[in-house]
Amino acid sequence: MPTLLAVANLNVRYRCPDASEQVAVGGASFEIGSGEVLGLMGESGCGKTSIALALPGLLSKEQARVTGSVQFLGKELLTMEPGALRAIRGAGIAMVFQEPGMALSPVMRAIDQVAEVIHAHTDLKWDECCAGAQRALSRVGLPNTQRILSAYPHQLSGGQLQRVALAQALACKPALLIADEPTASLDARSQNELLALLRELQRESGISILLISHSPEVQARLADRLMVMDKGRIVEQGAFADLYRNPSDTCTKAMLRTSAHANAAANFDFEMVT
Amino acid sequence: MTSGLESNAKPIEPLLRVRGLGQQYIQRRAFSRTKFCVGAFEDVDLTLFSGQTLALVGESGAGKSSLARCMALLERPSAGTMELEGENLLTLDRKSLFRIRRRIQMIFQDPASALNPGLPACEIIAEPLAIQGEGTRLQRRERARQLMEQVGLDVRWERKLPFEFSGGQRQRLAIARALALRPSVLILDEVLSNLDAPNQDLILKLLAELQSSHALAYLHISHDLRLVSQFADEVAVMYQGKIIEQKRTRELFASPSHFYTQQLLASVRSVESILLERSA
Repeated sequence: MPTLLAVANLNVRYRCPDASEQVAVGGASFEIGSGEVLGLMGESGCGKTSIALALPGLLSKEQARVTGSVQFLGKELLTMEPGALRAIRGAGIAMVFQEPGMALSPVMRAIDQVAEVIHAHTDLKWDECCAGAQRALSRVGLPNTQRILSAYPHQLSGGQLQRVALAQALACKPALLIADEPTASLDARSQNELLALLRELQRESGISILLISHSPEVQARLADRLMVMDKGRIVEQGAFADLYRNPSDTCTKAMLRTSAHANAAANFDFEMVT
Repeated sequence: MTSGLESNAKPIEPLLRVRGLGQQYIQRRAFSRTKFCVGAFEDVDLTLFSGQTLALVGESGAGKSSLARCMALLERPSAGTMELEGENLLTLDRKSLFRIRRRIQMIFQDPASALNPGLPACEIIAEPLAIQGEGTRLQRRERARQLMEQVGLDVRWERKLPFEFSGGQRQRLAIARALALRPSVLILDEVLSNLDAPNQDLILKLLAELQSSHALAYLHISHDLRLVSQFADEVAVMYQGKIIEQKRTRELFASPSHFYTQQLLASVRSVESILLERSA
């Protein structure tokens, strides 16, 4: 599997008002192969989102100091010109974040939000961008009705918003999708649909995904490999099934609920229901 | 959190009861005067009891959050009645509503937008107390510190602003704020969905402790059926704006009668079974 993204010794330090620095990510090194889904788990506040933000250069210089190396298709992202980086963001590396309500513009219709991304990265006419946006929206399972297409974010539910955000991310067929808790605001059925959809899109287009999710079930469905973080450091990395069956770090055990939770959930045998 | 109904022979008085509740939103097309109605939910009957948890599950867009906002008195429903200990809430004037609001508190899905970005943690928690005119500034601060400790936040962070907390920590902050006024009903809208597994267990444990010590009634909206099976006494299933099924938790999981509920339950899978399927 050829390497798509190679991260070496990545450090993220946030600047505090009193001129001190707080280390959010310390010495993280990992690789994502092309067409691979890498899961990332860890306690809240351990630096998962900092990694997601640092990779595509979304942390400003005033806000944080990012050191190390992030190679995307052989190009170093951390020292790249802002203009060149902008061309990669959205087209090469796309992102879906935890809170879709904040990721979308509150004053744009759903279809325009998606069309704008296509317009920014291609030479297509606006009409063609809108047609592309319509296709992208129906691909993520949104009904192709005027009510949805012309709705502003406040008129849509959380789950629908997340789909719009996903359509936006996938519109330009990126090579890498960074998904930060993409299913956290969806119900069980739409969550399954979305995960199945991501799996299908990933198989079809060979897109790589960095999947941040605290749900073991979500990771089990998508992740080929899993990476567990604790207090800014990567404590364990390996194939998902291996880590699930033989976790060596206590943090991994807690995240995957390999012991305590299994007993608690055994009260109801879900497999018997159907 | 299983206490009450089954073990107690005498019937328990309902704490909060809604009958035939409905809500419609009026939308207007941009640059036009045509208005049209979008029904969020209709004909909802729910009853909350002290010390009990009613879980509300359903599809995204089914109207769960709209219902929660109405029950937290943040919106006025367009139809139906709402009674708190027999007192009709929908006919009250502003002053009396102000008095009632402290008894029903809500915690939202997205803590980032629910917290004032310009206030430090301790003031966010103390704000409801200040609004309701409780205690002196010092007493409020002391209570805010206690609450931070209760929800597992370091007291030394009391001067930090919301953006300095992670998603999970912010949700704890929101929970602390909701508890400040010692409410009798808590409406929890997807409060666990932003937390990782150990934190979910921790918050659930905390919620259970608070429920038994303060006899709190919970309306808990969640889509994680695995968790629902652990914390709920009763489950209501919402589909396209209506409650289609409402049963004791064990009964619902054992024999779902509506087609949608069956689908919903069938979509819950264990990690083991997913791995088996993937390796096949």
